[in-house]
Amino acid sequence: MARISGVDLPPNKKVAYGLTAIYGIGLHTAQKIIASVGIDRSKKIKDLSDEEVTKIRKLLESDYKVEGALRAEIAADVKRLIDIGSYRGTRHKVGLPARGQRTRTNARTRKGKKKTVAGKPAPGGKK
Amino acid sequence: MSRSLKKGPFVDKKLMKKITNLIDSGEKKIIKTWARGSMIPPEFVGFTIAVHNGNRFIPVYITERMVGHKLGEFAPTRTFRAHSGTRKEEKKQREFEK
Repeated sequence: MARISGVDLPPNKKVAYGLTAIYGIGLHTAQKIIASVGIDRSKKIKDLSDEEVTKIRKLLESDYKVEGALRAEIAADVKRLIDIGSYRGTRHKVGLPARGQRTRTNARTRKGKKKTVAGKPAPGGKK
Repeated sequence: MSRSLKKGPFVDKKLMKKITNLIDSGEKKIIKTWARGSMIPPEFVGFTIAVHNGNRFIPVYITERMVGHKLGEFAPTRTFRAHSGTRKEEKKQREFEK
């Protein structure tokens, strides 16, 4: 079982796709990683040798920010925006989109699940 | 689209001039400005700038960490007074914060 930076990788997936289970590694980065480590693209995680796993681990440690460190960095960035009292900071605080998107409709990613308000006609007649 | 690097950051010229004058004279006065789009260069740090929000001037004390942001980001133009019926949630929130 390959365990890299605190995440168990899914054994039955190809390496590039399996690596995306790590927070901070998308498909693009994963493909770059296997290219630079020199792993066959069709190889699956369970077929990785210990050597290759160590190589990936080392590369991640030296060149990429993943998981906890990345989350901490993002949290620190958001905290900075809130602390200096900027508009973007207040938007983060109240959980609304910070980049000027509309909030009359949509914006569900930030606002979370719909909260139905009594007396307000549902837009489009649907709930 | 981001601003052309050739031009450098936009800093309101008149405001910059006023600040440099203040630096030269060693004074600290509040400067009123409408230039919400002006970037905050390192020179502004330590000054208080009254930024117009369309209604009145909001005094903004510039700290180091604000450098690179724009003045308008610190003078909100909209007032949100909470929706009717959200009071309960607010109360909960307040208790939670305690």
